[in-house]
Amino acid sequence: MPIILWTDALVFVLIACALATARYVSRREYLLSSWRRVGESRAGMAALTVLTMFVMIGLLDSLHYRPRLEAVAGKLANATNAANGYSTEVRSALDMLLMPLKSATEKTYSAPLATHLYARETVELPDGTQARVFPRLRHGGVHLKEPAQDWTRDVAARILLGLVFAVLAGLTFAGIAVRVAAQHWHVPWWTARQRICRGETRFAWNAVLVTLAALLLIAGPVVALAGGYHVFGTDKVGQDVLYLTLKSIRTGLVIGTITTLAMLPFAVALGIVAGYIGGWVDDVIQYVYTTLNSIPSVLLIAAAVLMMQVVIDTHPDWFATAAQRADARLLALCLILGVTSWTGLCRLLRAETLKLRELEYVQAAQAFGASSVRIMGRHILPNVMHIVLIAVVIDFSGLVLAEAVLSYIGIGVDPSTISFGTMINTARLELAREPVVWWSLVAAFVFMFVLVLAANLFSDAVRDAFDPRLAGRQVAPATQGQAA
Amino acid sequence: MIAYIIRRLLYAIPILIGVNLLTFALFFVVNTPDDMARMQLGIKRVTPEAIQKWKAERGYDRPLIYNAAAEGVGKMTHTIFFEKSVKLFVLDFGRADDGRDIGHEIRSRMGPSLAIAVPVFLLGLFVTVTFALLLAFFRATYLDFWGVVACVAMMSISSLFYIIGGQYLVSKVWHLVPISGYAGGLDAARFLILPVMISVVAGIGSSARWYRTIFLEEIGKDYVRTARAKGLSELAVLFRHVLKNAMIPILTGVVVVIPLLFMGSLLVESFFGIPGLGSYTIDAINAQDFAVVRSMVFIGSLLYIIGLLLTDLSYTLVDPRVRLQ
Amino acid sequence: MSLGMSLLSVDSLRTSLTSASGIVRAVDGVSFEVAAGETFALLGESGCGKSMTALSLMRLLPDAGVTAGGRVLLGGRDLMALPETDMREVRGREMAMIFQEPATSLNPVMTVGQQIVEVLDRHTVLRGPAARRHALELVEAVGIPDPAQRLDTYPFQLSGGMKQRVMIAIALAGSPGLLIADEPTTALDVTIQAQVLELLGRLQRERGMGMLLISHDLGIVSQLAHRVGVMYAGELVEVAARQAFFTSPCHPYSRKLFAALPRPEQRGGVLETIAGSVPPLTTIFTGCRFADRCQNAWARCTEEVPAWHTVADGHIVRCHLFDTVGDAGADITSTSSPPLVATADVASQPSGVPLLEAADLKVHFPIRKGVFKRIAGQVKAVDGVSLTLTSGRTLALVGESGCGKTTVGKALLQLLRPTGGSVRFGGEELTTLPPDHLRTLRADMQIVFQDPYGSLDPRMRVGDIIGEGMAALGKLSAVISKDTRMDALLARVGLSAGMRGRYPHEFSGGQRQRIAIARALAVEPRLLVCDEPTSALDVSVQAQILNLLKELQSTLGLAYLFITHNIAVVEHLAHEVAVMYLGRIVEQGKVEEILGEPKHPYTEALLSAVPRIDAAAGRPVIVLKGDMPSPANPPSGCHFHPRCPRAMPVCTVVYPPETRLGETRRVCCHLFGERVTAPVSAAGISSRREEA
Repeated sequence: MPIILWTDALVFVLIACALATARYVSRREYLLSSWRRVGESRAGMAALTVLTMFVMIGLLDSLHYRPRLEAVAGKLANATNAANGYSTEVRSALDMLLMPLKSATEKTYSAPLATHLYARETVELPDGTQARVFPRLRHGGVHLKEPAQDWTRDVAARILLGLVFAVLAGLTFAGIAVRVAAQHWHVPWWTARQRICRGETRFAWNAVLVTLAALLLIAGPVVALAGGYHVFGTDKVGQDVLYLTLKSIRTGLVIGTITTLAMLPFAVALGIVAGYIGGWVDDVIQYVYTTLNSIPSVLLIAAAVLMMQVVIDTHPDWFATAAQRADARLLALCLILGVTSWTGLCRLLRAETLKLRELEYVQAAQAFGASSVRIMGRHILPNVMHIVLIAVVIDFSGLVLAEAVLSYIGIGVDPSTISFGTMINTARLELAREPVVWWSLVAAFVFMFVLVLAANLFSDAVRDAFDPRLAGRQVAPATQGQAA
Repeated sequence: MIAYIIRRLLYAIPILIGVNLLTFALFFVVNTPDDMARMQLGIKRVTPEAIQKWKAERGYDRPLIYNAAAEGVGKMTHTIFFEKSVKLFVLDFGRADDGRDIGHEIRSRMGPSLAIAVPVFLLGLFVTVTFALLLAFFRATYLDFWGVVACVAMMSISSLFYIIGGQYLVSKVWHLVPISGYAGGLDAARFLILPVMISVVAGIGSSARWYRTIFLEEIGKDYVRTARAKGLSELAVLFRHVLKNAMIPILTGVVVVIPLLFMGSLLVESFFGIPGLGSYTIDAINAQDFAVVRSMVFIGSLLYIIGLLLTDLSYTLVDPRVRLQ
Repeated sequence: MSLGMSLLSVDSLRTSLTSASGIVRAVDGVSFEVAAGETFALLGESGCGKSMTALSLMRLLPDAGVTAGGRVLLGGRDLMALPETDMREVRGREMAMIFQEPATSLNPVMTVGQQIVEVLDRHTVLRGPAARRHALELVEAVGIPDPAQRLDTYPFQLSGGMKQRVMIAIALAGSPGLLIADEPTTALDVTIQAQVLELLGRLQRERGMGMLLISHDLGIVSQLAHRVGVMYAGELVEVAARQAFFTSPCHPYSRKLFAALPRPEQRGGVLETIAGSVPPLTTIFTGCRFADRCQNAWARCTEEVPAWHTVADGHIVRCHLFDTVGDAGADITSTSSPPLVATADVASQPSGVPLLEAADLKVHFPIRKGVFKRIAGQVKAVDGVSLTLTSGRTLALVGESGCGKTTVGKALLQLLRPTGGSVRFGGEELTTLPPDHLRTLRADMQIVFQDPYGSLDPRMRVGDIIGEGMAALGKLSAVISKDTRMDALLARVGLSAGMRGRYPHEFSGGQRQRIAIARALAVEPRLLVCDEPTSALDVSVQAQILNLLKELQSTLGLAYLFITHNIAVVEHLAHEVAVMYLGRIVEQGKVEEILGEPKHPYTEALLSAVPRIDAAAGRPVIVLKGDMPSPANPPSGCHFHPRCPRAMPVCTVVYPPETRLGETRRVCCHLFGERVTAPVSAAGISSRREEA
C-alpha cells in the first residue's frame, strides 16, 4: 500500500515547483543566459552531476509504502493494522532495492569487507572446550569456504567485475551524450566527440562525463562487493553502514530543501512588502525579524524542538506508525529551522527592494497609476528572484551541516530517523574504543563531505552566474558557527 | 551621537519584551505545565497527585497570567508569567528543574566559557584576516585559486568532524594533550589549547573566503586606483588603504558576536568536558530542563542585543562618515 | 608648441581587455606627443578608448587589461619597458592623474591631509611638520578655503568640487611634469566646473606642466587645450592645433561632432545626427572605422584602412578624403546642417489656455533628529514654485544638481505629494484629487527619465514595457489590436516592430531612451515631463533624441516640461525657460530673453560658465565662489547672496519679491526691484573674476 508521508508530499511539491520554474526559465532569454553560464562552469556541472546522484537516491527513498503482511503474520497482527493487512513498518523504494543490505544484519561491529566479527565471542568448540574467537559473519563473506585464502581473490574478482560494468555503463552514457550533442549541433558524431573531449563545448559536457565516469568507477565495485560483503562494515547493532549512509541522504536533502521551501514565502513576501510599502508596515516586519533574530538560533531551535517533542510525546495517538511520527518530527524540525532562518533572506530582500523602489522603471509604473501589488509582483519580484535563488542554494549546504550538529545536541531528527547526525552521534565514541572502530564515522564523513562540497561548488557557480556582487554572503544560517 | 545611542537603547526594550513574550508562549502556552510534568515523570503511570506535586515544587501551579484568587497586585504577580518571565528582566532566573540556582550556575560557568571563546575569537580573527589578505594579495594566481578551493573544502566539513578528528589525532594517537577535562588557573591552558585550535581551524574556511571577497571588492574601488597612481607599492596600498576600509564591514560584522562569547560554544565545550555555559545548555537540553533553556534563551538575546549596540558603537569608532555626522 | 622637445611621446600604443564578448581592443595603435607646458586634449565619445589610453600610460589598467604593444616615452624613458618598481617612482612624481569621479576616488577613511602627505612621503624628502606645511600650501594653491582646517577633514565632509580640488592637490604633490586629467569636471555642476577648469588652466600655466586632458566636451577642450586629438573606436582620427581644429575640423567624424552640437542659431531646426553608434571594439576592422556612419564613405573606405594625411602644418587626419595632399577637404560633399525646417510652428504659438498651472508649489521633506526622531526641520526641496505650461510648448527648467528641479517634475505629476501649493492640469486641481480619480488623469501626463539603464525593467520585453501603461490605464481599444498600436509606436520613435520581443539590455542607450519615450507616448499624454533625458547620452545620440522630441511635439502638440542642466539643449528646444536655485525659480521668461540677456546674477553666471566652443573669442567667464548651500539650511534673505558678485546689504535680509520685466519675463532679484535704480552694466560684473 503506497503511503505518502508529509515530507514526501512536500518533496513532490518541490519537484513540481522545480519543473514549473524550469518551464518559466526556458521562456525567458535573460534567465536562460544566466543558467547557460552555470552550465559553462566545469566545477558547477561536476557538482551538479554528484548532486543529481544524491537526489536520485533521495527520491527513491521518498516513495514510501507499507508492505502487505504475510498471511500468517496477518493473523497475528491485531486491531488497527491487521484489519487492512498491512505492516506497520513503512518502507521506501530504496529499502526495496537495498533489501539484501537492510536485512543482512550482523551481531555487532564488523570491519569493512570483513568476514569475521570485530568482537571476540565465547564459542564452544567441537571438542567441548570454550574459546574466545572472532566468529564468522552471518552475511558478510558467507559464500567463502576458506576466507583466509579465498578473500583476496574474491574481492579482486568482484572489483574487476564492478569496474567492467562501470566502464560499459560509462561508455553507454558517453555515447548517448555524444549522440544527443551531435544531433543538437548537426555534426557527425566523431566531431561531437572531439569537441566534447577537447572541452570546446559551451556546456561543460566534459566535466559532467568525467564526474559521471568517476562516480561509476566507484559505484561499480561497491555494488559488486555489496552483494557479498559489508562494504563499509557494520555498526554496533550490526546494521550495514552502507545502507545507513544511503538512507541518511534523504534526511539531509529533505532538511536542506523543505526548510527553504517553508520559509521562502514568508521571507519573500515580507521582505518585499517591508521594503516597498515602508512606514509602519516596515517597522512591524523589522521588529518581528529583529526579535526572532536576537535569540541565538541554536537556543531558539532547542526551545522549539523541546516543546514540539512534548507535543508529539503527549499525543502518541496522532500517528499510526513510528515512521509517521519520525516524519512529523522531521517536518517540524524543517519548519522550526525555517522560522529561524527566514530573517536573513528577508533582510536582504528588504534592502534590495529599497534600492529597486527608487529605480526609474518603478517610478514609471507609478506614473501609470499601477497599483502597489502590481508593481511588487511585476517589477520588484522578478528583479529579486536571483537573490532568492542564490540564498536557496547557499542555505542548502549550511542546513545539511546544521542537521548533523543539531542531531548531536539532541534537538535534531528523531533518534529512529537515519541521518548523518544520528550516525555520527552513535559513532562518536567509537574512536575512543580499543581497537578503534572508524568506518561508521569515515563513511558518514565521506558522504556528507561530498554532498556538502558538491552543494557549495554548485552554489558558487549559480552565484557567479546570477550575481557576482553577492559573492560575500556568508554561508550558513548562524547555527553552524555558533554551535562550533 | 549620544541621542543615537539612547535611541538604540530604547529600541532594545521592545525587542527584549518581544523575546520574553515569545519564550513565554513557547514554554507555557504551546504546552501546559501539566504536559511538561507528565513528560518529566514519564507518560504512563502518572497520577494527578504526582503532577500537582511536581508543579508545586517548581512554582508551576499558579495561573498563567491572571490570578483571580490572589489579592491586589497579587492578581498579576502570583502568576507563572510574572514569576517565570517578568523576573528575567532583573536577571532573576529562579531555580532549575533539579532545584539548583540557575543564576549561580551561570556565574560560575562564565569563566571557563570565556577562557575558550575569547582566544578562539581573537586568534580566529587574526588568522582568517591574514589568510584572506594573503589570498587578496596573490589574487588571480594559483595560490589564490587553490586557497579558495581549500576554503570551500574546509567549509564543507562538519564541525563535528573537526572536533572528533582533532581529538582522535592529537590526543589519542599523538598523546599531546588530554582528551578532555578542565582545571582552574594556568593549568587550564593544557586543556584549552586543543579546543581553541580546533575551533579556529573549523572557522577558517567560510570566514576567510568571505573576507577575501570583501578585500577584493575594496581593491576594485576607485580610491585604490588613486593610491596606485600616487606610486605606492602594492603592499602599502593593501595595508594602508584596502585594509582600513575593509576592516569596517569585517569588524562590525564580528563585534555583534563579542557579547555572545559569554555563552561559550555548545559543541566544543561538551566534547572537551569544559564546564562552561555551552555544556550547561546542552546538559539542560538533554535533561529537558526547561527552566535552564528558558534562561539561556533570554540571556542569549540580551547579549545579542548588547552586541547590536556595540556594533552601532563600533561603526561610529571606525568609520568617520558615521562618527562625524 | 610642438617645436620643443616633447615631454611625452606615445607611439602606436595598443591595449586590449578580455571580456565575455571577446577581446576588446580599447586602444588600437594610438600615437601622439605632449610637449612640456602644453595641454593636449583627447576628444571623443564614450567607449572610444580615451580613458584606457590614459590608464595605459600610467600602467594602471584593470586586471582584465593588458598593453599589447607600443612605446611610451616620458622624458626619454620607455615606460612600457620599466620594471614595476621603477614605474612606481614615475607615478605621482613624473606624471600624475586625476579621475572623473571625485566622490569615489578619495579614500573615505583617511583625512585629506593624510592623503596628500602620503604622496610627499613617497616622492619627496619632506617629513612630519614640513610635509604638513607643504600639504597646506598645496591645499591653498588649489583654492580650498580654510586650508588648515580642511587638512583634517574627511572627503565626505567636502562637496564634489572641493573633492576634485583635493584630487588635484594630491596630483600636484609630487610636482609632476605631466598631469593626466580624465574627464575632470564631468561629475560636477556647471558653475563648479567653471571653477575647476579655471584652476586647472592656471596651474598648468604657472607650473609649466604638460597636461593630457581627456574629455567628451568640445567646450572644455576649446577652453583648455592647445592641441586636440580626436579619438574614434580605439584610434586617433585627427590631430590639430586648437585654432585649426575649431575653425576647420577635417575628419567627417569631427565635423559631425560639431554639427550635432545644439546651437542657438539652429533653433527650431533639425540637428545633424550621426547614424548608428560607435562599433563595438571587439570588431576586427578592415577599413575606416567610421565608414558605416559616414556620409562621405565610398567603397575604398570599407576596404582600406586610411593612412594619416597632413592637411596643414601640425594638422593631420586619417581619412581617404584627404589622400591628395593640398586640396584639403575641398571635395567633401557639403555636409552643411540640414535645412532649418520650419517645423509647423503653429503649435509653438501660445494658445492662451494653460495646460498645466502650478502655483506656489512646495515640497518639504522633514529632517528628523534626536531620541524620538522628532521633526527638527525641513529640507525645502521645492519652496514656492509657480509656472505655467501650454500645449505644444516647451518649458525648460534649468538648474544645477540639488536645486530641486527633479522634485518639481515629480510633484507636478503627483509622484510625490506636494506639501503645499496647487497644481492645476486642464483645469483640474491635482493636489486634492483622490487617488482613483488621479489614476484616470495619469494617462495625460507622463515622464521620461534620465538614466536609460534604470528606466526600463530589465526583466520585461520591450512589448510588455510599452504595453504596461496601456494595460494599466485601459488605453486598449477593441478596434486596433495592441500589437498594431505597439508597432506603430515603435515606428513612431524610430525603432522597428521586430524589436517588441527583445529585452532592454540588447539596446544601446539612445535606443533605450526611444523605448522609454514610446512607453510614455503609449497612453497618449498631453504633457511629457522630460527629466534630463539626454544627459547620459553622447552628443551624436543626444541630437537624435532631441530631433525626435521636437518632431513629436510638432505633430502631436505635446507640452514638454524639460528638466535639464544643459544650456545648449535649452537653447535648441525650449520656448520658455525657468531658472531654479535652491528650491525657487529666480528668473523665468521666453528663451530668447533669458539666454540672450540674462538679468539675474545667477542666470548670468550659469550661462557664462558653460564652456563654449567659441571660448577663444575671449568671452569672460563669471566664476562663482563657493558651492550651492544645502536646502536644509538656506542662507537668509536672497538664497544666492553668499555667492552673488553683486550682493547688496538688503540681499542678506529679505528674499527679493518677483519683479515683472515685460509681459513674459519675471525675475526675483533686488537689483530689479523698484528701490534699485543704479544702472547695471553687464561688463561691470563680468570683469569681476572670482576665485573661490
